[in-house]
Amino acid sequence: DSCSVVNRGFVCVCKSRFVFCFLQQRRRAGPAAAALWQKPRSAAQQRHSVTATESKMAGADGDDSLYPIAVLIDELRNEDVQLRLNSIKKLSTIALALGVERTRTELLPFLTDTIYDEDEVLLALAEQLGNFTMLVGGPEYVHCLLPPLESLATVEETVVRDKAVESLRKISQEHSPVDLEVHFEPLVKRLASGDWFTSRTSACGLFSVCYPRVSSTVKAEIRQHFRTLCSDDTPMVRRAAASKLGEFAKVLELDYVKSDIISLFTALASDEQDSVRLLAVEACVSIATLLPQEDLETLVMPTLRQAAEDKSWRVRYMVADKFSELQKAVGPEITKNDLVPAFQNLLKDCEAEVRAAAANKVKEFCENLPEDNREQIIMTHILPCVKELVSDTNQHVKSALASVIMGLSTILGKDNTIEHLLPLFLAQLKDECPEVRLNIISNLDCVNEVIGIRQLSQSLLPAIVELAEDAKWRVRLAIIEYMPLLAGQLGVEFFDEKLNTLCMAWLIDHVYAIREAATCNLMKLVEKFGAEWAQNTIVPKVLGMANDPNYLHRMTTLFCINALSEACGQEITTKQMLPVVLKMSNDQVANVRFNVAKSLQKIGPVLDSNALQTEVKPVLEKLASDTDMDVKYFAQEAISGECLSSSTIVDKLNT
Amino acid sequence: METTKLPPSSPSSPTTSFSVPSAEKVDGFPRRSMRRARQRRSHSSSQFRYQSSQVELTPLPLLKDAPVAELHDLFCKKLQQCCVLFDFLDCVADLKGKEIKRAALNELVESVATSRGVLIEPLYPEAIKMISVNIFRTLPPSENPEFDPEEDEPTLEASWPHLQLVYEFFLRFLESPDFQPSMAKRYVDQKFVLQLLELFDSEDPREREYLKTILHRVYGKLLGLRAYIRKQINNIFLRFIYETEHFNGVAELLEILGSIINGFALPLKAEHKQFLVRVLIPLHTAKSLSIFHAQLAYCVVQFMEKDATVTEYIIRGLLKYWPKTCTQKEVMFLGEIEEILDVIEPSQFIRVQEPLFKQIAACISSPHFQVAERALYFWNNEYILSLIEENCQVILPLVFATLYRVSKEHWNQTIVSLIYNVLKTFMEMNSKLFDDLTASYKVEKQKLKKKLVADGVQGHLHLSSSVMHIKSKSSQAKVCYNLNDINQKVFCFPSKHKHYSKHF
Repeated sequence: DSCSVVNRGFVCVCKSRFVFCFLQQRRRAGPAAAALWQKPRSAAQQRHSVTATESKMAGADGDDSLYPIAVLIDELRNEDVQLRLNSIKKLSTIALALGVERTRTELLPFLTDTIYDEDEVLLALAEQLGNFTMLVGGPEYVHCLLPPLESLATVEETVVRDKAVESLRKISQEHSPVDLEVHFEPLVKRLASGDWFTSRTSACGLFSVCYPRVSSTVKAEIRQHFRTLCSDDTPMVRRAAASKLGEFAKVLELDYVKSDIISLFTALASDEQDSVRLLAVEACVSIATLLPQEDLETLVMPTLRQAAEDKSWRVRYMVADKFSELQKAVGPEITKNDLVPAFQNLLKDCEAEVRAAAANKVKEFCENLPEDNREQIIMTHILPCVKELVSDTNQHVKSALASVIMGLSTILGKDNTIEHLLPLFLAQLKDECPEVRLNIISNLDCVNEVIGIRQLSQSLLPAIVELAEDAKWRVRLAIIEYMPLLAGQLGVEFFDEKLNTLCMAWLIDHVYAIREAATCNLMKLVEKFGAEWAQNTIVPKVLGMANDPNYLHRMTTLFCINALSEACGQEITTKQMLPVVLKMSNDQVANVRFNVAKSLQKIGPVLDSNALQTEVKPVLEKLASDTDMDVKYFAQEAISGECLSSSTIVDKLNT
Repeated sequence: METTKLPPSSPSSPTTSFSVPSAEKVDGFPRRSMRRARQRRSHSSSQFRYQSSQVELTPLPLLKDAPVAELHDLFCKKLQQCCVLFDFLDCVADLKGKEIKRAALNELVESVATSRGVLIEPLYPEAIKMISVNIFRTLPPSENPEFDPEEDEPTLEASWPHLQLVYEFFLRFLESPDFQPSMAKRYVDQKFVLQLLELFDSEDPREREYLKTILHRVYGKLLGLRAYIRKQINNIFLRFIYETEHFNGVAELLEILGSIINGFALPLKAEHKQFLVRVLIPLHTAKSLSIFHAQLAYCVVQFMEKDATVTEYIIRGLLKYWPKTCTQKEVMFLGEIEEILDVIEPSQFIRVQEPLFKQIAACISSPHFQVAERALYFWNNEYILSLIEENCQVILPLVFATLYRVSKEHWNQTIVSLIYNVLKTFMEMNSKLFDDLTASYKVEKQKLKKKLVADGVQGHLHLSSSVMHIKSKSSQAKVCYNLNDINQKVFCFPSKHKHYSKHF
């Protein structure tokens, strides 16, 4: 049996500790080395005798047990990327099977050598290695993972590099303080002084994880390296350093924050590239949080003021976007003196992007103002800007404002809301852009708490009607979704008077999604207003549509019945809805007929068993012998479903 | 605060209103372009807002009427006058001032272009200051975040009537016979060049066109800035590839680089090779490759013509980044490969033929007929054909099975007939080899059929199935054979980090 001999040999080879030598040599050498396949094998066989004991021992527990592992290992170098990827994703299985020692001495060196694979494989590898500590023998040996991760941290592809850094950060925690200085910190230094920008960007993410746990001399070195990278020649590296500045500041001693970090922060915040400057704004939040209040004015504020007035809109946008965080970080005094005027400027910025970002923060900013003169600041400084934004030329700005402006009413209280905010709400309800109107309507509950919705109802109604008839179905869809909320706040009378007709009109919309949403809306309304209301206002209209010449409208009746039966209860369903459904089983259009079958199945649980047996069952049986295939199918579905539900009802009655 | 909307007659609005109706028809929803048309946004405002108070311009006497003694003084005054910026969003604002500045700029352009002896040293800082004040600005946010340079109309620069003249002046200034690089270099410094390069991101193609010519002149005249310009272009490309994937001026920068590469001295410096391997080749991965592919391919071929030894890196690099799903890009790659093969040295061809023709075979079997067609067109190229003929012993076995199979299976008749031609060519080249391969192909096919019948589905080895089949000895044996077969052929692309660094 030559086959099995080959096989045994193969498994044996895989078990030998030299298997990775082959792998390495063949990968490294590329296609030309294909012929080498034989040579290392014989070399391995020679050396194999040295470890024969081990091989025998391994052989004792059966050749088959390691076979899957052999396949996995083999697939690590398969030509097909997908297979290599699969294998890399099962790397922990391979490592577990090999044991900690061989993982360290064979698998890891092999992996370190594989680094020139496809980025996708490298990404998977970088992720796996972050969880490898136990597989190499625990924290004591965790430094074995550093060489492959170091190579991965120098790769060009950003996602691979970031993942490698993430894994390095993870395993740094598992290093003992000694190992951190002996193995980890030198790696950081090597990366920080690498030739190509990729390794230097990776280094930026590693300083903060090792800094707290090393001796003071090493700390000084780390600070020096970070300083160097902050003024690196390549903007990519400066960006990486700027984005880690806040994080690094957090682990530094306060004195060094003041002496080192502030100067770096100031330099990065006035970098020639705006992509670097804007990252410094992010760091500003962390740095300001760390410093005592009395130092903020001299150390942070000049830079922050400059950023808020930067000539690049990207930087100003960043300031606007981080405004709430900045406000919390610098405290109430500086907010009053500096941030209020800065915020005013951002709200009046010449770029719409910046105004929109600032408009988004209006509510949060006002909420966090010091309470003692909050109202005064809002009324005299913020509100005038807000008023202007209501008639901004850019719709994104207006809709950003509309999504938060209602929140101001709780802050300002009833009188101010009526006097100052209400006109703005009303103006926005009439805005030409539907998104703005929708944003106002969707936040009505905030105002309701303060002044009641009645104040708005006069303007609300035209706005709702207009949105309900908007030419874009997505706008109609959006307003339908707010109907139950509006109904709850406006009350049943107002609703019957003004909105009911709208809700019914949506049922015959020419877009299916609207009809579907309208159906669902009716159900929610019935849940809110009760079955009696439904019987009087909705059910007659819905059932009336069963005689509509358009079959789509007839089907809508069925869909409404499906949705409403449960909320309306057994009596209405049996007495009013069921006869209509049954009558529709004679419809000319097959689509209506099979929807009758579906409806009967759906409302079955609401009906009593008597009605099921005497009325529903004969109709379904008739439909089951329909000429149309689909009608037959759904009728049979309904019968089998119905039997189940009726039998459970019978069971219930019996017990 | 915001200015009024532009009336429809304004020069820049027609471009934005074209795409609206067609987009509206598709799904009834306006795309951003629609909103854009309705609400024009400030364009030069980022620049404009820093001018605290608007200066009233008064017309100066004409340059041509000025007595020689006062010419330079007047020239200087005109330059200063042109430093005043105007709001072009409000097209009716300060029309008088705009006209005065336009006339002054026109005069300056003409004066620099035609009269000699105007450019004296004291004018350099004034001229550069005027240029800086006008052209350097933070480009406004794109009005269309999903801007697709192939589909969408670009947003044009509102202040172009003035900006164009400033660029024109700059260009004439650089091209003037009086231009003294030794004086200019004090003012056209690294910071200036960096800002100039950032402007290449402008969405307005007219602006990029000017920038291209200007940067080319700067590179040509100011030798001290050359290395710096190359380095900054490098950074822009790296940011484009690995960070933002967005930069409007890649094609223009590549065009300049094409002529720069042309002028490289031999042997190529390590810096230039690194640029090729770490920037130019990875640029092929960009999503928007089609916009700058012609310029990129030109640069790549320029490198090869300079130094043939880079061929292998180029081809292996392209193979590494070969598009996996985008057939449009695959056709571009094939086009570039043909351009490369057109000038390849036979000795270099031999080094890459194996992996290359494996990829070509894969393209031939692509179900997308344009890809297959583009690959098969290689056989119409006489030089490539001669290379194939010389290496028929290696290439034919690589592509034979694919050609044979695809000739029987492809859905597209054109492809089938193209393949027949290729097979015929091979038959004429080496009929003995062709017959051998045909015979062995048939035997292999028979074997495979038998095997499949005998083994059922187990013939297909996959990780999961192999784990399930471990108890079956016979399947294990087969696994071994299969894997060994595959492993014999394993090809790997050398590490871009290790391998290249070793050689460079």
